[in-house]
Amino acid sequence: MRRTTIGRSVAALSALAMLAACSTDESLDEPATESAEEGAEGAEDEGSEDGGEEADAGSDDEWFDQGEYDEQFEQRSATFEGDPETPWLQYIDGDMTDTSEYASDGAMKVCFSNASIDNPWRQTGWITMNQQLEVLQEDGVISEMETRDAQADDNTQIADIDYFISEGNCDAFVISPNSTAALTPAVERACDTGLPVVVFDRGVETDCPTTFIHPIGGYAWGIDTAEFLSENLEEGDKVVALRILPGVDVLEHRWAAAEQIFEENGIEAVDYFTGADPTEIKNILADELATGEVQGVWMDAGDGAVAAIEAFEDAGQDYPVMTGEDEMSFLRKWQDTELTGLAPVYSNFQWRTPLLAVEQIFAGEEVPTEWVLPQEPITEDERAEYLEANDGMPDGHYAKFGGEDLPGYPDVWQERIIP
Amino acid sequence: MNALARLRPTRLTSTGIVYLVLVLVLVLGAVITAAAGRNFFSSGNISAILTGTSILGFIAIGQTLVILAGSLDLSVPYVASLASLLGGVTMAGQTGNIPLAVVTALGVAALIGLVNGLVVAYLHVHGFIASLGMGLILAGYLGTNYKGSAGSAPRDFRLIGALNIGPVPLSTLIMLGCAVLVILLLRRTRIGHHLYAVGGSKDVARLSGVRTQPPIVLAHVLCSVLAGMAGLLLLARLSVGSPTIGTQGGYDLMSIAAVVLGGTVLAGGKGNILGTLGGVAIFAVMDNIMGVMQLNAFLQDVVRGLVIVLAVAVYARRNADLRPARFDRSRAARHTPAPTTAGGAA
Amino acid sequence: MTTADATTTRGTTLPMSEGGTAGRLGRALRTPGGAVFVLVAVLLVCVIAANPNFGEPGSLVRFIGRTAPIAIAAMGQYFVIVSGEFDLSMGSVVTMQVVLAGNFIGQDESRILPVMLLMFALGALVGVVNGLATTLLKVPSFIVTLGTMLALSGLVLYLTGGAATGNPVDSFRQIGRGGIQDVPILDVIPYPAIILLVLAIAAFWLMRRPFGRTLVAVGDNPQAVHLSGSATWWLKTRAFILSSLAATVAGIILVGYAGVHPSVGQGYEFTAITAVVVGGVVLGGGRGWVLSAAAGAFALELLFTLLNFVGVASTWRDTVQGVIIIVAVAIGARAWQGGRRRRSAEPITPGAEPRQTGTTPTTPPDPGTT
Repeated sequence: MRRTTIGRSVAALSALAMLAACSTDESLDEPATESAEEGAEGAEDEGSEDGGEEADAGSDDEWFDQGEYDEQFEQRSATFEGDPETPWLQYIDGDMTDTSEYASDGAMKVCFSNASIDNPWRQTGWITMNQQLEVLQEDGVISEMETRDAQADDNTQIADIDYFISEGNCDAFVISPNSTAALTPAVERACDTGLPVVVFDRGVETDCPTTFIHPIGGYAWGIDTAEFLSENLEEGDKVVALRILPGVDVLEHRWAAAEQIFEENGIEAVDYFTGADPTEIKNILADELATGEVQGVWMDAGDGAVAAIEAFEDAGQDYPVMTGEDEMSFLRKWQDTELTGLAPVYSNFQWRTPLLAVEQIFAGEEVPTEWVLPQEPITEDERAEYLEANDGMPDGHYAKFGGEDLPGYPDVWQERIIP
Repeated sequence: MNALARLRPTRLTSTGIVYLVLVLVLVLGAVITAAAGRNFFSSGNISAILTGTSILGFIAIGQTLVILAGSLDLSVPYVASLASLLGGVTMAGQTGNIPLAVVTALGVAALIGLVNGLVVAYLHVHGFIASLGMGLILAGYLGTNYKGSAGSAPRDFRLIGALNIGPVPLSTLIMLGCAVLVILLLRRTRIGHHLYAVGGSKDVARLSGVRTQPPIVLAHVLCSVLAGMAGLLLLARLSVGSPTIGTQGGYDLMSIAAVVLGGTVLAGGKGNILGTLGGVAIFAVMDNIMGVMQLNAFLQDVVRGLVIVLAVAVYARRNADLRPARFDRSRAARHTPAPTTAGGAA
Repeated sequence: MTTADATTTRGTTLPMSEGGTAGRLGRALRTPGGAVFVLVAVLLVCVIAANPNFGEPGSLVRFIGRTAPIAIAAMGQYFVIVSGEFDLSMGSVVTMQVVLAGNFIGQDESRILPVMLLMFALGALVGVVNGLATTLLKVPSFIVTLGTMLALSGLVLYLTGGAATGNPVDSFRQIGRGGIQDVPILDVIPYPAIILLVLAIAAFWLMRRPFGRTLVAVGDNPQAVHLSGSATWWLKTRAFILSSLAATVAGIILVGYAGVHPSVGQGYEFTAITAVVVGGVVLGGGRGWVLSAAAGAFALELLFTLLNFVGVASTWRDTVQGVIIIVAVAIGARAWQGGRRRRSAEPITPGAEPRQTGTTPTTPPDPGTT
């Protein structure tokens, strides 16, 4: 018996040692591999920046980027170049990228690496993008668009981009990164091919792409919404903040800005993670209303807003001052209840822009290096107009989807045909 | 009885079937890829498929150990996320910090596995609940302390994720190295045999004089360490640590599916690493094919779901027929430890 | 073999049918299946201490209404777990039903009945598929239902484009949102609370019928039941059907309570399994009471509510929840051990793979008390 015990321990130890050895291999192998060409140049500059983030564990202030906050604060009131009738082509004046080297005739193949279509906002945009593609294919600008969907996994998306680079026969890359820092090296590798690279929605930590298309950003969302709530509430009032999940930078920015403004204005804000599940939202608000009054509701994405409003109805309490999103269910419920509200917008029409940018690039026209699209909340005055324009659209549709002039309108969006 | 099955060469082992299925999937892949006007066997494509196997491979190897021991580990995605963050933050972009970072990340992972194992083995909490609870505990810690990606892997470390030897990524080779070590552990060491015995039947194992707890604890520790290594590899590929990278991949359920797809019996005691690697490869090839076909992301899930059930159905019936024989009354009475046969056969 | 079988049957029926009332109650509370009721009481006291308003009858009955869907789902999951299986497809079934209600009923009241029939039929169909794949194809239920989970949710999202058209008509949503108004003392009795009560009585009755007893026996020792002549496949398939139907009812209530969204029902399977296990039901089958599973759901919901009232930082909630689940189950495991000695010391492995012969020859006949 004793002997077996010893034998076992030895075996266990040796197994551990073997595994440890296995991991040491990783570090030992490195010096021999200097020849690898993979774009690792970014590592050094990132080092200094991320050094700061190391300390950020646990403290909100370290995460908060004052510079970016200030910039987005300004951009909210900036003048946009271009026709306001086509907001997806508008941009803030700034550096332009010369694309004359890409000028060419004939239809080109676009490779699109998509982060996911796992929420109604992305689904709506994806539908719009495909209708835009149809137009450009008819015009002979784009021959085909090959798409890989990473299903919200950074690692898969890196593999997708690498696959495109080696196997795709692409003429241009369009990338909607799943997360900012993690996709940076892969986007750099795409840039290294010398082909045009268009990045949109979430950014990457490199300026190598031909153009980076995005609405103003998460801080602007937080500023718009928190300022609206602060103006319509008294000092000392309570706001329940409903957040989807932690650890996603775009969403963290929205909350970081809002939290700061609430603090400045003496508004008491309590935040919860809901997973965007309306059941969870309703339970949370029911409990909050059972303990005391709630004067305001803030959301980092609006697609569970109706459940939040219904929680007030079921508890027999006055409607809160509330910010949702330009999702149809919120706009409709907002109109029905006549509560004081605001629909911030993370411009869904940005899904049209990347392919139009590709068109401009192959025409050799210069494009903004950072293409900042307008991001204007829908106010109570504009609400009726958007409700009318989107009559018949499903609840999960987004009012500022910007596809009214595309083929298939409105059926494709009404039936939500996902390619 | 098992020996009998082996004597009949016409009857495939379940691992044999797994690889047969893999070959079928490969042929299918070659045809479909050719139809799309590409070469399935180009080095870029092979490299893409193999890269797809490495992360899930690490985790599935660990999961195999835990399942063989009759437990489950649902905390692996969180362990991987935590390891990527601890590794990334400790490295902070400096090559000199790599050894410390690796030791820290794997040490913490081992500790988590140790707690899982102790709770399962000594507090008699089912592995499903113990590891589900551990996953929640880690999720809370990650959510509180990290608001997004953090840390940075130095260039030298990132090469692990980027370097190819021929068409074979280095990461896959490391994964296969670990697989070999675990196979040796299972086949050549006493505790490896005990792992099978305990997973097959705790009572038989106990009556045969095996202490049932150490193999369970060891399985959980190794599983967590392997999940930690997956996390470090993710760090190498992403260049930063990420609090959501483990959950993004859905590695908990997918690793269990890969293990069962590889012919390991979910109730424990029967199965092997080779089959698991086959299961992981089937998933990777399948994903590659669906990518080439540009199948809608939602439909990809439908296909995965159907393939998991149908593939397992192919040999589950056979296994069920064979199984009772192993715990044949006479064998149990003779207190023959089941492990050696089970380890060799499946 | 017969010994083992008889023991289980005795184990489940003993506390209800033998001994004096007080003695029975005392003994019952010391089993995990009974201890969960103590846990519910303790949590309730804590919640009321944290927020006295919660103790008012009106608030309490509303809380019962809001917990009803998860409690119903837990009872459905109980049937599957006690027979030794898993049902991971539950959450996807809930999502499917919620989206179906939103898209097919819409604003047309006349469609409520036919669409509800369709929902129950589809729910039963999922159960049949799960059950047959598990029993006839011999695929572990963990894998079968994982497959159904992926396939079903993928299919629903594909067919609906990821989002439902909109909420169904209000009269249909009343099932989950409304209640009997102007009741003295309670103010409102929510319909979900009534549905829960009816289903709990039905489930309790079902578990005392031969079906229920054989189901527990099959979880404890499939071969014994097989030898006794019962058709195991049909027993287990019925358990899966019950589980999917419970998910359907939960879906109907949830679409009323919260409205249509593709994330309704996500993770429901894990919550339900956790509730069942907190209710003292042993994973792997053969032990536990159906009402304890429902009580487990109440314990979980009370815990979440307590966390809301006490104001635990949002990011730490998961951690607290994880610790409590492990601790509760660890204590439960000890209680079974104490009550029933070593048989239960073995946390039986998940799933499907019938463990038949493994236990038969070696397990000492348990004089087991409870």
